[in-house]
Amino acid sequence: MTAINDFLAMGGYALFVWPAFGLAAVVLVGLWLGSHRRLRASRRALSLIEPERRARGGEP
Amino acid sequence: MSWHLLASPARFMRYSERIRPWASALALGAIAIGLYQGLFASPADYQQGDTVRIMYVHVPSAWMALFCYTAMAVSSAGYLVWKQPLAEIAARATAPIGACFTALALATGSLWGKPMWGTWWVWDARLTSVLVLLFLYLGYMALADAFDDPVKGGKAASILALVGFVNVPIVKFSVDWWNTLHQPVSVARMDGPTIDPAMLAPLLIMAAGFTLYYVALVIVRMQALVLERRVRALQQVAAGA
Repeated sequence: MTAINDFLAMGGYALFVWPAFGLAAVVLVGLWLGSHRRLRASRRALSLIEPERRARGGEP
Repeated sequence: MSWHLLASPARFMRYSERIRPWASALALGAIAIGLYQGLFASPADYQQGDTVRIMYVHVPSAWMALFCYTAMAVSSAGYLVWKQPLAEIAARATAPIGACFTALALATGSLWGKPMWGTWWVWDARLTSVLVLLFLYLGYMALADAFDDPVKGGKAASILALVGFVNVPIVKFSVDWWNTLHQPVSVARMDGPTIDPAMLAPLLIMAAGFTLYYVALVIVRMQALVLERRVRALQQVAAGA
């Protein structure tokens, strides 16, 4: 238990070390989710528009 | 529609889809190893104690901030000179990623500065030039989306990216040119790194992880932009027909 507490305490600098890593995690994960959501949305938009275009006899 | 404009984005979609899973997996692997080494397996600094661990997110973020801007400026130059639409899409896809890395470098630097320097922020050359870098990213993003016609926005933003590139060497050499509170370069030095190998290893692994993370993200964002352009083109054709 003390080993875990020592680790979490970060030599007394827990208030600075953990927010730095937490912030990095939030920003990087947020960027990941946002980018993938945008790709999914653009795929959906294209899938809605392409079939009707092909049905009208446009080139693929 | 001129097919040569679509040819290279179509090829990009094919090849990038093959690279994407590898870049994602390698990025997550490298970041996991870097986190383990940085948080558990590396020593605390004899002067800075455990705050030195902030370095493992701060320094790679700052490197990526400069790397992304350089990539954006090179792509923008490629777009302005060769009119290659994919180059403009690459720059557009890079900007928000670079802005996030820059914000992260500023925030983690602040969290490191408070315990070590006694202040969250100083208006010294390094910190101020990195703040300018963040504003350049935000300005690029605002300008790129400011026009109804993405071609106009892309051109204006590309010029901004090129002009703003003068700030990159200013950020890089600010610690040599001016007296700053920020410490000087300790890794990419002519006489070799002055940082202990036990700290250099996790730092470089994290930097590799962040770079691969950028590659994976920029592919996703570029694919989204290519598809959005295609939707837009099809809508215009449909509206004209």
